[in-house]
Amino acid sequence: MTQEQMKSAFLEELTKVAPDLEIGAIGDDDHIQDDLELDSMDVLNLVAALHARLGIDIPEADYVRIATPALAADYLVGKLAA
Amino acid sequence: MGVFQMPSLGADMEAGKLVEWLVKPGDAVHRGDIVAVVETQKGAIEVEIFEEGVVGSLDAELGTTLPVGAPMATILADGEAPPPAEAPVAEEPPPRPVEAAPIPAAPAPMSAGPAASPAARKLAVERGLDLSALAGSGPAGAITLRDVEGAAQPAPAKPAPADAMAEMRKAIAAAMQRSKREIPHFQLSQTVDVQKATDWLSARNATAAPTDRILLGALFMKAAALAAGKVREMNGHYGADGFAPAPQVNLGVAVALRGGGLIAPAIPEADTLPLPELMAAMKDLVARARAMRLRSSELTSGTITVSSLGEKGAEAMTGIIFPPQVALLAIGAPRLRPWIVTGGDGAPAQIEPRQVVTFTLSADHRVSDGRQANRFLAEVDALLQAPEAL
Repeated sequence: MTQEQMKSAFLEELTKVAPDLEIGAIGDDDHIQDDLELDSMDVLNLVAALHARLGIDIPEADYVRIATPALAADYLVGKLAA
Repeated sequence: MGVFQMPSLGADMEAGKLVEWLVKPGDAVHRGDIVAVVETQKGAIEVEIFEEGVVGSLDAELGTTLPVGAPMATILADGEAPPPAEAPVAEEPPPRPVEAAPIPAAPAPMSAGPAASPAARKLAVERGLDLSALAGSGPAGAITLRDVEGAAQPAPAKPAPADAMAEMRKAIAAAMQRSKREIPHFQLSQTVDVQKATDWLSARNATAAPTDRILLGALFMKAAALAAGKVREMNGHYGADGFAPAPQVNLGVAVALRGGGLIAPAIPEADTLPLPELMAAMKDLVARARAMRLRSSELTSGTITVSSLGEKGAEAMTGIIFPPQVALLAIGAPRLRPWIVTGGDGAPAQIEPRQVVTFTLSADHRVSDGRQANRFLAEVDALLQAPEAL
């Protein structure tokens, strides 16, 4: 999966968790909590959705590495390749 | 025979609009069954029934706005025959239906029917408007097409999101104004070392799949529910006869809605739920609150409310009690702070970085004093020092 495809997958799951967000309006460096106002329950739901879709289990200690779409694409591509 | 009525879903509710029946005449109903969906300021609410029996008749039309207490359906006991058609359904006269906001009175018509252009008459019929209620701007006060076009449109079936938000804001305003007017609040705060709780939870979650992980907030909810069970002056409702402590803890959870607004549905008997079940109940409640699809009992059964600022918010908040409850626990965001930790067995005190959280209890001085509020906070603190027991 390419970086771009991974980012799309991340954004799709993100907007399912927060349906009021529009994919086109989310910047690569928008912080999912500080900018997009996800709370800890939303983040947990996002992590569970990514686990179900990609088979990648993101431990709590790594939540900071999916804090923005750009960071998440990097991290998830790396995890998938590992 | 029983009459199923429009329920009151909070002190601020006057009327609700029936949008869906989930039962039909002849259906058996049991206590707790969802029988109808009612649209209120707090969204579409699934209304439960608290009787057993068989639906005799549905007495309210879909789409009508009914005041609290208005009869909606007749419930027959098992084996009971339906009443004869001429028998009154209820002994009391039915409450007046809620009228739509009146349209400003028109000048008295000169003849039996108002003067109006044919095009105006046609459009008025299409839109379901009463011509005699409109003011005419044409010759001799005749109603023109433009007058009809400018008249208030019938309300759309579903409120637009902006309207829903405005309605929810009104509901919050009504409840909070009542609270500030009637409840003599006092507040006590305690900052609690939650390092042990976060360490225990991190270790637990490290081996759990994402769907089985538990949030720190769930630990706080459990501790609050257990404390409410112990300090009865914080758990119950204040009514016309004063304070009635509740026999169980139905924990209201303040849920912030994305885009604004707040609603505090309750988790029944939260103090008895093991952590994984409490976490699942919170997830379910938050999802349904955000979809504006809660049940009537969840809106009215809360006996104490917890409002948490989450992991990224401010460090403390003093909340407003949600009437008719008598206490609200506000939880600040965890902060890493230098903390003095006393070692056991005479070991010297040390300064350590620890995660701390400030809990602020708002209580009703008609019911309790600082002593009980203090006991509640001390209880929460003690419970969080033994997270494995929660």
